[in-house]
Amino acid sequence: MPASAPFFFNAFQFFGLQDVPTMNEMAQLQKRRLALYGWMLAAPALALMSLFAFYPAIATLWHSLFSRGTSRRPSVFAGLDNYGDLFADPTFWTVASNNLIYAGITIPVSIFFALAMALWANAHIPARSFVRSAYFTPTILPMIAAANLWLFFYTPDLGVIDQITGFFGAEPTNWLGQPETALASIIIVTIWKESGFFMIFYLAALQTIPPDLREAAHIEGAGRWTYTRRILLPLLMPTTIFVFVNAMINSVKLIDHLFILTKGGPNNASKLILYWIWEMAFAYFDSPHAAAMTILVLLTLGIVAVIQFRLVEKRTHYR
Amino acid sequence: MTAQSPFIEIHSVSRVFNGGNGVHDLSIDIPRGSFVVLLGPSGCGKSTTLRLIAGLETADQGTIRIDGKDVTNTPPSKRGLSMVFQSYALFPHLSVAENIIFGLKVRKTDKSEIKTRLAEALSVTGLDGCEDRKPSELSGGQRQRVALARAIVAGHPLCLMDEPLSNLDAKLRHAVRKDIRDLQQRLGITVVYVTHDQTEAMSMADIVILMKDGRIEQAGDPAELYLQPATAFAAGFVGSPPMALLPATALPNDVLPNGIPPKGLTFGIRPEDLKLSTDPASEAWGIAATVTGSEFLGAETFVYVSIAGTDGATARLPGRVHISPGTEVSLSWAGVAAHWFDRETGLRHAQATTDIAANAPSQTTEFQTSPSTVSTL
Repeated sequence: MPASAPFFFNAFQFFGLQDVPTMNEMAQLQKRRLALYGWMLAAPALALMSLFAFYPAIATLWHSLFSRGTSRRPSVFAGLDNYGDLFADPTFWTVASNNLIYAGITIPVSIFFALAMALWANAHIPARSFVRSAYFTPTILPMIAAANLWLFFYTPDLGVIDQITGFFGAEPTNWLGQPETALASIIIVTIWKESGFFMIFYLAALQTIPPDLREAAHIEGAGRWTYTRRILLPLLMPTTIFVFVNAMINSVKLIDHLFILTKGGPNNASKLILYWIWEMAFAYFDSPHAAAMTILVLLTLGIVAVIQFRLVEKRTHYR
Repeated sequence: MTAQSPFIEIHSVSRVFNGGNGVHDLSIDIPRGSFVVLLGPSGCGKSTTLRLIAGLETADQGTIRIDGKDVTNTPPSKRGLSMVFQSYALFPHLSVAENIIFGLKVRKTDKSEIKTRLAEALSVTGLDGCEDRKPSELSGGQRQRVALARAIVAGHPLCLMDEPLSNLDAKLRHAVRKDIRDLQQRLGITVVYVTHDQTEAMSMADIVILMKDGRIEQAGDPAELYLQPATAFAAGFVGSPPMALLPATALPNDVLPNGIPPKGLTFGIRPEDLKLSTDPASEAWGIAATVTGSEFLGAETFVYVSIAGTDGATARLPGRVHISPGTEVSLSWAGVAAHWFDRETGLRHAQATTDIAANAPSQTTEFQTSPSTVSTL
């Protein structure tokens, strides 16, 4: 018993319970044990993340501040010179604007298609599960395989697309081979690949919305369009944010099809940032500039993520 | 004024689902301004009937008329009605005010009128000050009132309610029951109300429509259902604890009705009509029973008894009654309190009378004056 205790009425003692200090020790032990469990649960992920994400990011940042080392001239600290070189390179601006157009079209269009397909596949239609799996098929194909498939579609004169346009009397087009259409062709492949995947999230979200809400809205006089606009879309907003973030990350990280379809050409017309980084690092062995570009991408993605969480989350209703 | 035509006319409507549930050849007339309760066990078709009136289901056969207009194939929004759902179906992302005026906004009602109607609906349902909250920030009772406010704000003459109280706790349910009834009478609207809770039906309804297997078992005012159940099912469903239904063969001969063989009869007796006696000599007749348990509820005590050859019965005795399980008792009742049903069809035998009933006053007077039970213990 602590010294101050005898002055006060001790309820625990009075009722024949354990001493107060013993109880506290027990509670503290439990708290400490709980904290330990928490760290134990987080540890594997933390270790892997540190090894494969945090450390490489910091190492890349460090690496980007040094000049390219050769056997004759060892690498020296170069400050922000690598970044300056990038901004001075016209290819940087081409690639950045390519990626902006690519993201600006693939993100909204694939979200729109995903939502439309989900609404249709969620309705009571015949062969519903067939429709769902048909929409999902592009997702389970490896991007490399899908790109090879589309390579055949885009083949001038012989491919499916030219067969169809040729039927209407159009001239054969080298879709992937000319700067005007190369990026658009890449964009279409990406949308085709991504929409089915995002549809699954919308389908899952649609199934959590109780059918009562639709009935209540109909009784209140709302038609299909009013219901979709005023009830369904706001309730799907959390899913839309999730899909949006994913689509944005994909617009930077998904470059597999470039290797098969265009290799970034012609004349950098379809080159995306990550493909350019890969080229710099592993084709031209210019790792400091590749590292600097990587840091710029990380920075941009980080800023966009913060904006998203700050702005969009406030307006979203989470149940 | 001539005889008013019913506000809602449901004429031989059928709606059958693949599972076999639904309603079959249903005809109901609902007078204007009445409070009608569709009562029945789950799967009896009461919700289907409500959804047919609402237009959320389409009738396979038959016609539905609301206020003289054939609405059988009219979409819900054009029927001029509102509905309160069991889950309340509040839009979770909209504030209370937005929820209430959703329909008015959709129908492009004048802005200033929306404002006055909203204020009115809020004050009628006692939701003043909550208008900016989201449904998730409200208690169950408040959500229920938001659903009510949304239903009355448009001023539709018909309001449908699908078990609106089943998500509330018992105490609140009692209060809201009264509020809904008051609201209905103040606004003079017609309410069709679905419930499986016979207490709700009895306490709120002008007309109770008892349903079973997609058909109407009995329709009438609550007293009629209670005092003159048309079938054994109605007798067993209405009343808490329910009427005891015993095969007539388990009864002594002198209490059986004349001229009908006991084999084809079911005997029914309300718990409050049963008299218990521990002294066999004090009664002229009685059937032997054994007490299996009792429940003290404050104002009354339920005594459960087993009777040989039956499922047992419940006696409702006023006040506190001490009786230990295993006690042998003798059961008796005033002859008019007995209900007789055909064992095969379940239909009521209206004419069945017994010898001991001969001297008793007529049934209705008997029931209206006082409960016929006096505890002899």
